[in-house]
Amino acid sequence: MTRPGITTHLILICGAIFMTLPVWVAFATSTHAPETILREGLQILPGGHFFETYKEVLFVEGGVMKKVTATTMMKNSMILGIGFAVGKVIISMLAAYAIVYFRFRLAVPLFWIIFMTLLLPLEVRIIPSYEVVAGMGLLDTYTGLIVPLIASATGTFFFRQFFRSVPDELLEAARLDGASAWGFFIDILVPLSKTMIAAILIIMFVVGWNQYLWPLIMTTKEENYTLVIGIKQIYQVLSEGGELPQFQKAFALTILATLPPVLVVLIFQNWFVKGLVESEK
Amino acid sequence: MSGVTLNSVRKTYPNGAEAIRGVDMQINSGELIVFVGPSGCGKSTLLRMVAGLESISDGQIKIGDRVINDVSPSERDVAMVFQNYALYPHMSVRGNMSYGLKNRKMPKDEIERRVNEAAAMLKIDQFLDRQPNQLSGGQRQRVAMGRAIVRNPQVFLFDEPLSNLDAKLRVQMRIEIKKLQRRMDVTSIYVTHDQTEAMTLADRLAVINEGRIEQMGAPMELYSDPKTLFVASFIGAPQINLLPVRYDGTQLSNGSLAFTGFADLPQDTDLVLGVRPDMLRHDPEGQFELRVDLVEQHGGENLVYGALLGARDAEGDDLEICLKGPQDLLPEMETVLRLGFDPSAAFVFRKDTGERLL
Repeated sequence: MTRPGITTHLILICGAIFMTLPVWVAFATSTHAPETILREGLQILPGGHFFETYKEVLFVEGGVMKKVTATTMMKNSMILGIGFAVGKVIISMLAAYAIVYFRFRLAVPLFWIIFMTLLLPLEVRIIPSYEVVAGMGLLDTYTGLIVPLIASATGTFFFRQFFRSVPDELLEAARLDGASAWGFFIDILVPLSKTMIAAILIIMFVVGWNQYLWPLIMTTKEENYTLVIGIKQIYQVLSEGGELPQFQKAFALTILATLPPVLVVLIFQNWFVKGLVESEK
Repeated sequence: MSGVTLNSVRKTYPNGAEAIRGVDMQINSGELIVFVGPSGCGKSTLLRMVAGLESISDGQIKIGDRVINDVSPSERDVAMVFQNYALYPHMSVRGNMSYGLKNRKMPKDEIERRVNEAAAMLKIDQFLDRQPNQLSGGQRQRVAMGRAIVRNPQVFLFDEPLSNLDAKLRVQMRIEIKKLQRRMDVTSIYVTHDQTEAMTLADRLAVINEGRIEQMGAPMELYSDPKTLFVASFIGAPQINLLPVRYDGTQLSNGSLAFTGFADLPQDTDLVLGVRPDMLRHDPEGQFELRVDLVEQHGGENLVYGALLGARDAEGDDLEICLKGPQDLLPEMETVLRLGFDPSAAFVFRKDTGERLL
């Protein structure tokens, strides 16, 4: 392979700037006073109000919303992200286990039905889902927020493919070793799928964190808002109020909302890559 | 210890394919039986039926006096060694060996004792805390055997356990398996397609073809007294020389060749004359001629391959035969060697049924 030339680098640098500049502008702007933003527009250089703004957003009641702070919203987002990811992994592993290892009638049609739900995004079933959750009195609860989202065709499909690549002899050896159906799943399959689980957890955490529509219609009380909803609400508040618009807080909230997914991916990227490319069994 | 009995065992798949077409067998306690046959003959299926990994469509399998048709694999008291070892990749050697015992709720110190004992016996005690992917093929094979031994089962099942090893290791492990089996005195069934492995390991051999037992007996018995053409051609390396012939009332003939010394054979059907390479001898007075194509030197002996002059195979081409000779038998290529053989050491088979006539 030849060394990448200067053109290659230039293109890469341009691409990187193109991708990161908006994030940087959001960050830089969030560190300015509201008057500056109103007068001069978006800022490219950081200003002097970093601690002030972020402290107010994160910890002061009434800083962003009427009552809740960004910390509370972050907690809600965290619970949604983790609950969503863990729930999806558990449900889809069990579904894939049943489909791959148990010979029951309709296993194949059932798999295809699950698979076809990939074609139906949440938006298509959002009204019926809302009806069900509301009817069960689960509005404004974490259960109602998470459970309707965790059935996952993608996860089931990934785990199915993975389980099918596990040699049959392992199952046979385990059967001779007296492992029960649960025993084989817990003792053999789960440890073997470790990297796969990690990869799916990471993807799903990010997806869960970024959920917008469902939390929006599910939550009515401020203390249940997730960060993503918070961002939307704060812009609304900004445009309605008679006071000076607090754009710097909106930007701060945006930056805060992007941090956890970025951190998760950065910290776990080794696992993530391993899970996606793993072929050794 | 107890033996294994198979009573007209059959396996029919839902699509109607018959894998096992009625097998009767009595395996004595402590005996090592080898199932040998070409791939797809049903030998592995039969083994897996004993293990409980395949259901039994018809007939009965007994271990000792207990019918095990509907007993789950783990309760049959059998242990199996798989071709690709089937070690649990995420468990240490110790974990692999003790997993089955843990599932049986055996006390910890008893597990510990058995694992250590088996590990010492197999010389893998220094690897107990390693993962399978840190071991060589031979070591993995030992671990797989260790996993079977700790269970202290009534029957050992081996499904082509050596076919993933290199030639040298295979011979070494073969000897060890044999010794181990002798020492532990456990009834064992060993499946292989390698006839050398089969001949050297077996107390008795079962040659399986198309879901049936062609012949069962001690290795030498099968070698020197095969009941069918299939057994004769499957057992023995290098392979037996087979000549298509017909009987005219006095002699067997193929092309311009005639073989005397045979009597009481049917005249109305195609026959096959079988002569083992070591039954042929180089003899300046011999009545046949071989045009040498190739000489393989195996050290102690030489194998001479060539066309038998005057003879034709079923397709009408030159008939290739093989002669096993001493190491000083080193003819030049294309030279002609005179051969002879003792008719009483030759076999004659019917071509259509494979049945042996002489």
